[in-house]
Amino acid sequence: MILLWMIVILMAGGLLAWLSKKWHPVLPRWIALFAVLTDFILAVYLWLSTPAATLGASPWLVQLEIPWVPQWGVNFILALDGLSLLMLLLTFFIGILAVLISWREIKVKTGFFHFNLLWVLAGITGVFLTMDLFLFYFFWEVMLIPMYFLIGVWGHANRNYAAYKFFLFTQASGLLMLLAILGLYFIHGSQNGNYTFNYFELLGTTLAPEAARLLMFGFLAAFLVKLPVVPFHSWLPDAHSEAPTAGSVILAGLLLKTGAYGLLRFVLPLFPTATVEFAPWAMLLGVVGIIYGAILAYSQTDLKRLVAYTSVSHMGFVILGVFAFNEWALQGVVMQMIAHGLSTGALFIIAGFLYERLHTRDIGQMGGFWAKAPKMGVIALVFVMASLGLPGLGNFIAEFLTLVGSWQANNWLTVFATIGLVLATAYSLRIMQKVFYEPAPTDHPLADLNVREMLIAVPMVVLILWLGLYPQPVLDTATPSINQQLQAYQELEVKEEKVAVVEEKAEEQSIKQTKRENTKVPL
Amino acid sequence: MTQTDFLYLMPLIILTVAALVNMLVVAAWRNHKIIYVITAVSFVAAFLSLFELRGITAYTIDPLFVIDSFGVFYIGLILATSLLISMLSYAYFEQREEQKEEYYILLILSTLGACTLVISTHFASLFLGLEVLSVALYSLISYLRGREHSDEAGVKYLILAAFSSAFLLFGMALVYFSLGTMSFGGIAAAITDLPTLPLLLLTGFGMMIVGIGFKLSVVPFHMWTPDVYEGAPAPVTAFIATVSKAGVLGILIRFFMEVDGFRYPTLLTIFTIVAIASMIAGNLLALMQTNVKRILAYSSISHLGYLLVAFLAGNQMGVEAITFYLVAYFITTVGAFGVVAMLSDTERDAELLEDYRSLLWRRPWTATAFTAMLLSLAGIPLTAGFVGKFYILAAGVNTQQWLLVSMLVLNSIIGLYYYIKIIAVMFQQPEAEAEPRERLRPSIYLASVGTLAVLTLLLVLVGVYPAALVDAIQNIFSSAPAFVAK
Repeated sequence: MILLWMIVILMAGGLLAWLSKKWHPVLPRWIALFAVLTDFILAVYLWLSTPAATLGASPWLVQLEIPWVPQWGVNFILALDGLSLLMLLLTFFIGILAVLISWREIKVKTGFFHFNLLWVLAGITGVFLTMDLFLFYFFWEVMLIPMYFLIGVWGHANRNYAAYKFFLFTQASGLLMLLAILGLYFIHGSQNGNYTFNYFELLGTTLAPEAARLLMFGFLAAFLVKLPVVPFHSWLPDAHSEAPTAGSVILAGLLLKTGAYGLLRFVLPLFPTATVEFAPWAMLLGVVGIIYGAILAYSQTDLKRLVAYTSVSHMGFVILGVFAFNEWALQGVVMQMIAHGLSTGALFIIAGFLYERLHTRDIGQMGGFWAKAPKMGVIALVFVMASLGLPGLGNFIAEFLTLVGSWQANNWLTVFATIGLVLATAYSLRIMQKVFYEPAPTDHPLADLNVREMLIAVPMVVLILWLGLYPQPVLDTATPSINQQLQAYQELEVKEEKVAVVEEKAEEQSIKQTKRENTKVPL
Repeated sequence: MTQTDFLYLMPLIILTVAALVNMLVVAAWRNHKIIYVITAVSFVAAFLSLFELRGITAYTIDPLFVIDSFGVFYIGLILATSLLISMLSYAYFEQREEQKEEYYILLILSTLGACTLVISTHFASLFLGLEVLSVALYSLISYLRGREHSDEAGVKYLILAAFSSAFLLFGMALVYFSLGTMSFGGIAAAITDLPTLPLLLLTGFGMMIVGIGFKLSVVPFHMWTPDVYEGAPAPVTAFIATVSKAGVLGILIRFFMEVDGFRYPTLLTIFTIVAIASMIAGNLLALMQTNVKRILAYSSISHLGYLLVAFLAGNQMGVEAITFYLVAYFITTVGAFGVVAMLSDTERDAELLEDYRSLLWRRPWTATAFTAMLLSLAGIPLTAGFVGKFYILAAGVNTQQWLLVSMLVLNSIIGLYYYIKIIAVMFQQPEAEAEPRERLRPSIYLASVGTLAVLTLLLVLVGVYPAALVDAIQNIFSSAPAFVAK
């Protein structure tokens, strides 16, 4: 029930915030803050009360099932495992920040703004929790419309174009996923007469290779566009740079993560054979994304656009890791989702602070802020370092784990992916140099961070340091559900191992490891 | 006719009596309010009389009518829609100079025609119903004679509708010539053994499709739609877009299911081409419009294409999907034209995109309702339109109509673009504070505002909790064996 409450609190809070504008102009902000805070506390409570993972136990912590449209086999299923829990914590944390940074920035239609903000969060929460594919699509779309309004009403100058593009890209890819969901539904139903959208039951569907491939591409369409993977990324720089700060933070911090989450939760376990076939191509796309995003990030002059392209680059690691199919890489992916959510969110927030003060996002007009605004400089330095993968900060753990995992799957692509880290250093340091170190082009004074802004920034610094220095709690929480997603692959590997054992008996563990990779290729 | 026959035909009789009473009252004392009340009460009474007929098995009134749960549901849908449209009409016509009273008589008559259509099982009653509907529509469309496009729309509809009726008649004659019967049951019995349709019969069916296609405004018989939608008063446009199409679609489903037309690949090919052409042409042409009524006109063409996708599924799920989609589409369309009617002033309808600029800032509630309607037309979750589109997609995927389904998806995306365009215009920030326009007494708008609120709530309710409606629709078809796939 607690899961349902999380969504209900956000949705009701949204409606209340909208209506409360009439009574007092500040009320929507407080209501929104209170709603997200309540959810955050609930999520933290859930995390703290989670028992330590025991081997072989079900990864599901809480489950809720209510019939919704029984005629179609649609159930309102919410279920929470470690992966969802981590995502929820991230969602509510970023949600709180999004409310706080809008406190001064958003001045018109505040009621409607907070309604949209809370409903985006509600949609995202639903996406991370639901285990019914109909409901999943439902929430997938619910988070889309409010985001459209956030960009289209409160965005920067070119907001209409950006909002359109965002909407059409995601909607088009979402419809393909809907087709794939329906295909899966009817295939499953025709096999055993049980027409249902229940994720747990659909997991056991046996698919013909051709059907599996088509259905997988349907799901991939939605997730790769959302992630985004390089040929489908062109909505991202526009949407990110035109959105208001809260919108950019939610886009980068959360919406992109729903794509990664969808890959982990649905694509991997539902289509184990088709994904193995597609894996080399997916990893290639990931590497192309890493390098392409980095190069484009380096050549931007618009600060928010620059950060947006770094997202493209960082998300390349996610798809690289997901399609490596081993625990190392998936742990890296989960870490990357959280760390990137924080670090990129923080960079967007800093861009927002600068925009509030300077009314420009052009790097050419910035410079010399290290002396003028030392607090802002230090905080920016932390997150720029995080973005380039400095050890001790969360992103390092994430990218390191991902690369270790993907090395086992594909050596050459991993080598190229590592080049991305070097490029990341280049574009990250460019931010610091251009904005903070170079001599100032103008002599305007720049106010340093005030208390509210420090209140936003400091917790993020603490968290990213914690993730970098002691990531074990996060890894522990994610482990059971990651193993769950990989179950189908481990079964595959067990079969292959038997073949290997027949061929050459008694080999050392490390050699066997490479053997597995070799036998995987002809599949 | 026996006494029970009268009981079963009660909704139609109530409507007929209401039209007559209205005429007498107009002759005695012209008063907008009284006529309006009589009309609304008669719609409600006819609707309530349907509850007597709930859950019946087919009751035949030889040779013209059959009253079964399918017919009852469609009559209910038509009556409810007409009631809502009459609610929206009051404020709209109150501010006009013209005589308003006859409007309601015509509205009742055309509703009567649509109701007759959906329970017909004979060419004679089919044609009768269709003509009652159309003739009333001729004058409804050009009701506001002083308007710029009014005559054009009326004459266009008159000529083309008469032309298409001629096609329909010729088609019927050909079918009668080759089979010697005009009742649906007789036709079904006569062609059960035919593996393919003989040329003469095929021509007959083809000409009937032309006639029906015109009424449904599917491509390539759609030319009249945008002009008529633009020229007609907003409530009448809502009526054409909903009630008249429901009647024709109802008879199409009944006829096709009864004679099992899905056996003949030629007919299926014709409908497939029509469906794809309607979707694509409707959506592409809508992209180029700047007039909201014309956008809605073209979007209705494409929506008919979507409906045909479910129709081509040719099984019970397909018909269920059509029925569900119609309910969702009616709520949405009546709501959308309701907003247009409410924003219209004495001189012209609020039909240009300019009229909607920054509506969110001027009239937030109206803008919200309109946004909900447009999102439903685009098929976005939380609205009835999404569940309807989902149902259609499910019916299509179920019967593996991959071409049609992928066309539907492609067109949904194109469609999204122009719905969003209207929304984006409404959400634009105003440059200067606009003068609030002068409005009539607010009490007049009570009915309109109430209706819009009800429609918006229904829209969300059906979108969030479709189980009840799905259940109701599935019940109809479980008690109407004629519609279960053969």
